[in-house]
Amino acid sequence: MADTERDPRPEPIAYDGPPDYRVVGRHGVYPETSHDEIARFNFLAQMNRHLSTKVMPGVAEAFEARIEPKRKTPYTTRHQVRKDLTKDPMFQWWSAMRRATMETRQQAGRWVTLRQAEALNEKVRELTEDDPRLVLDPDFKQPRSTDAIDHHCMPGSYHTELVPGDITGPANYDAGIFATTGGMLGRFNDGGGIAVAQWVQQNLPDFKPKRILDIGAGLGHNVLPIAQAFPDAEVIAVDAGAPMLRYGLARAKSMGIENVTFIQGDVSNLKDMFEDESFDWVQSTMFLHETSYKTMPMIFAETQRLLKPGGIVLHVEQPQYSDEMPLFEQAMRDWDAFYNNEPFWTKMHEVDLDAWMEKAGFSKDSLIHGGVAAVVDPEVFPEAAEDTEQEDYGRKAAWHVVGARKEG
Amino acid sequence: MSTDTLDPLKLAGSKAKGKRPWFFENPDTERVMNITLALMQEVAVMRERMDTIERLLERDGVVTREAIETFEPDKTQADERGYWMQEYIARCLRILQQDREAIARGKEASSEDVADEFAKVD
Repeated sequence: MADTERDPRPEPIAYDGPPDYRVVGRHGVYPETSHDEIARFNFLAQMNRHLSTKVMPGVAEAFEARIEPKRKTPYTTRHQVRKDLTKDPMFQWWSAMRRATMETRQQAGRWVTLRQAEALNEKVRELTEDDPRLVLDPDFKQPRSTDAIDHHCMPGSYHTELVPGDITGPANYDAGIFATTGGMLGRFNDGGGIAVAQWVQQNLPDFKPKRILDIGAGLGHNVLPIAQAFPDAEVIAVDAGAPMLRYGLARAKSMGIENVTFIQGDVSNLKDMFEDESFDWVQSTMFLHETSYKTMPMIFAETQRLLKPGGIVLHVEQPQYSDEMPLFEQAMRDWDAFYNNEPFWTKMHEVDLDAWMEKAGFSKDSLIHGGVAAVVDPEVFPEAAEDTEQEDYGRKAAWHVVGARKEG
Repeated sequence: MSTDTLDPLKLAGSKAKGKRPWFFENPDTERVMNITLALMQEVAVMRERMDTIERLLERDGVVTREAIETFEPDKTQADERGYWMQEYIARCLRILQQDREAIARGKEASSEDVADEFAKVD
């Protein structure tokens, strides 16, 4: 390239970073974003990518070179590893920047939605008012698992309404997840749900669900692809957070998805809401870590009660810790538990899920195990589509599936 | 419905419920780092805006605020902008790259060590 050209650099540009935020999918209740608000999300997506690919590997290098060698006796738990990591500057800098980037992302998304709160809330009200597919419980008491701490540093978590009918929380979640993930979940953040639907269609070709329940549905971005893949099915999305459900219905309708009903409820006890054996499929996606050691067995028992004979339950989560997983990796995967307000993340990932499923009444032979990776448009997200080897402990858009098929 | 209570200036930066973890021995270091990172973000925002203005001027010869707000980079342009952002972050966080390289090299002599060595007669 000649010196006179602007911006000289190697040609062609081998760019493999996050896509520009402008490719994000915009449904009917998506918040408007100004040029500079988009630029802010672009920066945050790039910071996240830089931290996971250029800084985080330094933590492993520091661990190998100067943390583990100082240890007098071998590590026996991941918590010992983490305590030693917290004393090392590489871990401190990576963590401080990761936390700061998360907090900054929340601020950026909240600015976008709060400045247009009135218009957004009104649009969602118009789309959901008097629609029987939104069932809220004004007397609902938030379970401790959602109320104790604001999950992933999201002020107000999933349930807070700043004014009656406020949906700025879920709109912020929806608009910002593209930046947090660098677009790895696809245009509509639905790459996980698409993967689950495809997995079921491929692995259980004879399975034709008529009634599907999504537990811990949030704003429904994981269940909408399932509703689209099974358009004749009646889909019910349950969550504790009223704003999520309200926004979720408006969002689904604006995307032309009409077969989902959003109901507020505590998924550890749905006895007053649904009869025994009333669903063909019970799904949870990245939800179990938002519950607690006390409620998870209750949730598993509920799924067993709710399934029709021959029905399936699937839980999609990040991989469980096992003896085969190095303690360093376990400690790194625990980061979100201790530093990103995901308190149950750590204990949840050491649970023997198979044993818990059996305890809930599923037989050993009926258990299902699999893996899924986000299915995204390769034109826009080439890197995500080819399932790179880059690990981002706990954040990678690839998950384990644990489930069961109820006998009968 | 009034949004008087929803002042974005006040609420956008709200703290999440739950005691904040601090990673540096001196929390003030972390406060300064947070402010620096926020400034880093705003410089990136200004640069993207300038890039948009330049491209609009090249394309149209004039620029309006509406054109800035609705500008959509094509794939090549978006890649160029993304690549610039990667360069920019790598420049800002150079010291951490060098920390990693120092770990990889292991024990190194300092210039002061070498100065002493070179000053020796025999």
